[in-house]
Amino acid sequence: MSFIPNTAADRDRMLEAIGVSAVGDLFRDVPQEHRFPRLELLPAVSEQEILKELDDLARRNADCGHTPCFLGAGAYHHFIPSVVDFVVSRSEFYTAYTPYQPEISQGTLQAIFEYQSMIARLTGMEVSNASHYDGATSTAEAVIMALNVGQHQRKRVVLSPGVHPHYREVVRTYTQGMGLQVTGDEKPDAGPDQTAGLCDSSTACVVVQSPDFFGRIIAPSALEDLAKKVHACGALLVVAVNPISLGLLIPPGELGADVVVGEGQALGNAMAFGGPSLGFFAFRKDQIRRSSGRIAGESTDRAGSRGYVFTLSTREQHIRRDKATSNICTNQSLNALAAAAYLTSLGPRGLRRVAELCWHKAHYAAAGIARLPGFTVEPGEFFHEFVVRCPRGVAELNRRLYDRHGIIGGFDLVTQYPERKNCMLVCCTEMNSRDEIDRFVSALEEAGNE
Amino acid sequence: MEYRFDEKARYSKTHEWVRVEGGQAVIGISDYAQNKLSDVVFVELPALGKELRAGAACMVIESVKAAEEVFAPVSGAVVSRNEKLEKAPELVNKDPFGDGWLVKVTLSDPREVDSLLDVAAYRKLVETL
Repeated sequence: MSFIPNTAADRDRMLEAIGVSAVGDLFRDVPQEHRFPRLELLPAVSEQEILKELDDLARRNADCGHTPCFLGAGAYHHFIPSVVDFVVSRSEFYTAYTPYQPEISQGTLQAIFEYQSMIARLTGMEVSNASHYDGATSTAEAVIMALNVGQHQRKRVVLSPGVHPHYREVVRTYTQGMGLQVTGDEKPDAGPDQTAGLCDSSTACVVVQSPDFFGRIIAPSALEDLAKKVHACGALLVVAVNPISLGLLIPPGELGADVVVGEGQALGNAMAFGGPSLGFFAFRKDQIRRSSGRIAGESTDRAGSRGYVFTLSTREQHIRRDKATSNICTNQSLNALAAAAYLTSLGPRGLRRVAELCWHKAHYAAAGIARLPGFTVEPGEFFHEFVVRCPRGVAELNRRLYDRHGIIGGFDLVTQYPERKNCMLVCCTEMNSRDEIDRFVSALEEAGNE
Repeated sequence: MEYRFDEKARYSKTHEWVRVEGGQAVIGISDYAQNKLSDVVFVELPALGKELRAGAACMVIESVKAAEEVFAPVSGAVVSRNEKLEKAPELVNKDPFGDGWLVKVTLSDPREVDSLLDVAAYRKLVETL
């Protein structure tokens, strides 16, 4: 059976139409000796043998399941209850696609609606969309929404230097060519006050992160203050958060944020080499028509029964074309479902417990490291990540930690912030046992002082 | 299909109407336009003071099946908005020439009104559609 639908006669007619006598002539630009190179492939092996080989290769990776890990910087190692994988693996849910037909998608739509309800409660906001790709796209979409709210008359976007470097990069990629001034992160040490000082009547939004990229928490009173200053300029305040931290901290929605965004991976999604992931996006109801992404809504059918639909679609590209509020007409359904299953299985008390464990373990580790000669922990309130000034380069330290002690060290900040030489961003979650932390501290001492 | 028309209004080819009342121009969309849009669910009115330019898009009307731009039939600054539409956008369907008006503007060039279609010409235009 032929899988190529056109016949030899069809092909001849096509060649004639374009004035070429043989198919081979189309490849004339590829040198003869490279057209059909001899492929030096190994002899074929059995499935059993190939699985063994792939397994051997996979074992050469240092994975968090078998290696103590103190690396965070945006992707976090958390315990994922088995029920999460069970729910997302059900065939009814097992598609990455956002459904278009409510008639055959009630389960998926309800799951998205439940996800939105949880994110809205967690962030202290009124509405959540069905999710974006990751924390970076959510942040960039929040900036676009603020530009829409300002009817594109406001051309300035203020970014705090504490916002994840990747998120800031994506904001710049998204907005290039729009004639905007994206500023605020030139001085790496600018705090909330300095960030607020950059907000003026031409500013569409101010974006901050708490806990920020360095793990530091912006105090609730400082965030409230910032919100007042931003609103006095007629701009929006966008706050990026770590959702796990909201088990313990006051949600930004209660402190005056207009949009709350963030990376949702920590909620029941594996780190998986950096993705796929999800970005959450929550906001206030009065801006719903300027918001991005898809929104599942609850409705009633003709018989009065509860049903779910995608709502407010007039914002989206398939209806509003070039005037759409966003280029994104999809979501990360399966990842959002995992987040919803995770939050459901933990409940409010479980989430608080996870957040407490993260906080306590990170503070236990920081206290241990602060006692080491040559190491200092940067001061300030933090959640589960903190900056350590080390006696030597972090890349070298990390190599020693791994080679001699089998430990994955923290993030080397100099790779993103050139002025932060010898600075390691250390992360602890509920996955780091006390014994692991003790070993990490003594390994650091050894590696730092030889 | 029988459409309603307002004898006193002038019309644009893109189905907006203008009625001059006491030096101000009231702007709305025609019965034909509301009928084609079907049930209106949201009207995004321009801000007070905004300068509208004749022929340029000045607001968006959303219905259950579409989101369409409204083009300003005349130039002028917005002095009044039909705030009732926020709670009751269906007024655009029910009474397009009355309670369903959109904005009032101060005319920056009254001659623009004369260049618009009169009701007879607009009626003829609708009949050909």
